[in-house]
Amino acid sequence: MNDASPRDDAASLEAVSVSKSFGGVRALSEASLRAFPGEVHALVGENGAGKSTLIKLLGGRLRADSGVIRLRGAAVALKTPDAAHRLGCWTVFQELTLLPAMSVAENLLLRREPRGAFGLTSQRRLIAAAEALFARFGIREIDPGALVEDLPLADRQVIEIVRALSHDPDILLLDEPTSALMERETAWLFGEVRRLRDAGRTIVFTSHRWHEIAAIADRITVFRGGRDVGSFTTLDEDEAVTLMTGQRVETLYPPRPTAPASAPALTVEGLAGGRLVSASFSLRRGEILGIGGLAGHGHRELFLMLFGAMARKAGRILREGREIRPRSPRQAIQAGIALVPEDRKTEGLLLPLSVGDNLTLAVLGRESRFGVLRRRRLRSLAAAMVARLKVRMPAITSPVAALSGGNQQKILLGRWLLADCAVLLFYDVTRGVDVATKHEIYELMTALAGAGRAILYYSSDAEELAHLAHRVLVLREGQIAAELPAESLTAERIVAAAMREPAAA
Amino acid sequence: MTPPRRAPLSQALARHLGLALVATLLVIAVIVYAALYLVTQGRLPGGFELTASVNNTMPLALAALARAIVALTRGLDLSIGGIIDLSNALAALYLGTNAASMIVASALILLAGAGLGLINGALVAYGRLQPILVTLATLAIFQGLAIRVLPQPGGAVPESYTALLVNTGAPYALIYVLALMLLWTVLRRSQAGIALLAIGNDEAAAAANGIDPVATKLVAYTLSGLIAAGAGLFLAASATAGDATTGNGYTLTSIVAVVLGGVSLFGGRGSGIGAILGAFVTTMIVNILFFAHIDPLYQSFYEGAFLVIAVVLAEGIGRLVRRRRVQT
Repeated sequence: MNDASPRDDAASLEAVSVSKSFGGVRALSEASLRAFPGEVHALVGENGAGKSTLIKLLGGRLRADSGVIRLRGAAVALKTPDAAHRLGCWTVFQELTLLPAMSVAENLLLRREPRGAFGLTSQRRLIAAAEALFARFGIREIDPGALVEDLPLADRQVIEIVRALSHDPDILLLDEPTSALMERETAWLFGEVRRLRDAGRTIVFTSHRWHEIAAIADRITVFRGGRDVGSFTTLDEDEAVTLMTGQRVETLYPPRPTAPASAPALTVEGLAGGRLVSASFSLRRGEILGIGGLAGHGHRELFLMLFGAMARKAGRILREGREIRPRSPRQAIQAGIALVPEDRKTEGLLLPLSVGDNLTLAVLGRESRFGVLRRRRLRSLAAAMVARLKVRMPAITSPVAALSGGNQQKILLGRWLLADCAVLLFYDVTRGVDVATKHEIYELMTALAGAGRAILYYSSDAEELAHLAHRVLVLREGQIAAELPAESLTAERIVAAAMREPAAA
Repeated sequence: MTPPRRAPLSQALARHLGLALVATLLVIAVIVYAALYLVTQGRLPGGFELTASVNNTMPLALAALARAIVALTRGLDLSIGGIIDLSNALAALYLGTNAASMIVASALILLAGAGLGLINGALVAYGRLQPILVTLATLAIFQGLAIRVLPQPGGAVPESYTALLVNTGAPYALIYVLALMLLWTVLRRSQAGIALLAIGNDEAAAAANGIDPVATKLVAYTLSGLIAAGAGLFLAASATAGDATTGNGYTLTSIVAVVLGGVSLFGGRGSGIGAILGAFVTTMIVNILFFAHIDPLYQSFYEGAFLVIAVVLAEGIGRLVRRRRVQT
């Protein structure tokens, strides 16, 4: 760990003791940041540490309650995104700012549309200009005439990044730009970021993936509880985690519980649909069965079909030996199968409703008498679950929207625990979740397996699978390409099997 | 890797699906109308019927365009009927008889409409009030003002004014229809038009891109007021007199026209041209019901039934096309 030595040259971007509160909650308290020209500066910290708030302040989306922001030494008031843009400061926000029912070209060129006679633009001009932009940044896979809403999340993220890059930013702020990107696109982004850095620009970015930070950051500033706790030129992951959490996390991964040799809780025979060509396997009680492989090879379809959220083309699903045909999530839940999705905000939680309401949503039928809810019992169930999951929140009556990402994920987990589902489908649940919460989710998962729940677990992070799963099935091109038992489980083997390379001995 | 580019035609169709649907609907409605006319009258409808239909539709076409502009921002302007009433009443009293006074009075009435729209816009944008609430209140206020201006139906609209706006001799009004469509096209390709769609798509995202939601809403409601006042002028011209209550019907029928025209009331999707075509479909449905000898008492029943069927069908087709689009 190397403290950043004070530099002689002037900072290009400075935030000095900025604070920001929402309602009564302090998101930033006297936080500071100094970034320099020709530097890639990583902001790291848990969800809720204030990184996104700081980026919104620097991008003109929010105004600080107190503190000073300086660009190239001069104090500035970033009242609007436009004000930031005029100073050469462009931001890719975590929540994308694309307009869904408008074309890619319209989005890319918003407010600088190429204009012809009478100052009017046309779709033809827009598309030509967008094609030129894509060509400049080496993007060939996105159709400028398509509507944004028809594109996958990764493409949208790329469009948002291209839009910021196309302004030739002096300062580029990227809030978790890679969480929606695949490896190839991440490599593209890092190439562009390095190009900007070498041209003397300043890039500030946030990420929860340490290998990315290690690969590209020149300087790392750690945030905890709304303020910066240190700035470093070198820092290893353990040190960072210690700083981020304020405590040492001894081991990130809890020990695997021993898998009992019991009868299968879930058996899948020749399941097919969408990109999934055929999958057969069985999952025992108390087992964590990992599903690995590159995204887009049928994982999503497998999980959605098991949860009844997608129609099956072929195959059988057996619960405890009896065939079930879940045609809706409701039927799947009745059969004791629950899904914890990656995108908790749109696929699971009701954001404006309270923590308690979200937790008890799946048991309302069970916990009511003659159609009337047993409110006191529901309250105590929710309170017990919140305590068990160590949810950090203002109050059990606060809307779930007020919680950080990791805590939202815990609420969703808690809902299925209350519903007492025997089979839990975990689909990339730790994506975009901070280290400390990841650790708690791992502990919870192993505890659930230890208590006899059957867990099917897909993760885009092979390291996680290698540490937590009893065995891992690797999906490639819609089929199970390999089964790796616990004895030979390593992240490298999982990746190798996914890429069709012969596994190293 | 080759880019998944689609043929320009199929792309345009995907982008203008609502427009394609309403155009198809209009063609079908015209054919059914002509067939019924032939059966009941023994001949095909001709120039006179065309002129009458276009003239009859003009106020609704204007009201629909006004409504579409606000709907695209994810807003709702219920006061359109009130502004029509007021402009109608003012026209009956103050148009005068010579060309100069007619031009000045018309311009002032349009300006008044724009001003009323601006009030709506200011309440919605600065007051951050629900558009439905604001415009429900201003609807009542504008209606009250109109009654105050013209307590009894009456006044007079000079013949020359009527001849200019609703000439019964030939379908000159088609020129106005084309002008309206041109107005929309210019708007859609201007910065203001793009801003309208953008805030209707996602206000927060549009703001993050430097679009000013307040200014955009002011523009939308002001344009809506202006165009609604134009509808009042056409209404006065065709009735050759004023009536401070005729605008009522347009508040809801313009919603029908806009929805048939493929404009989403949830904002951000659709086109003004669609809304104008939707107005013509609405007129055609009334014509069809008339020649099918439907008891006028049951007219609203059939109109409602038709609207539900049309919207359900459009939604279904939209979903089909969308699924194909996402798969390719």
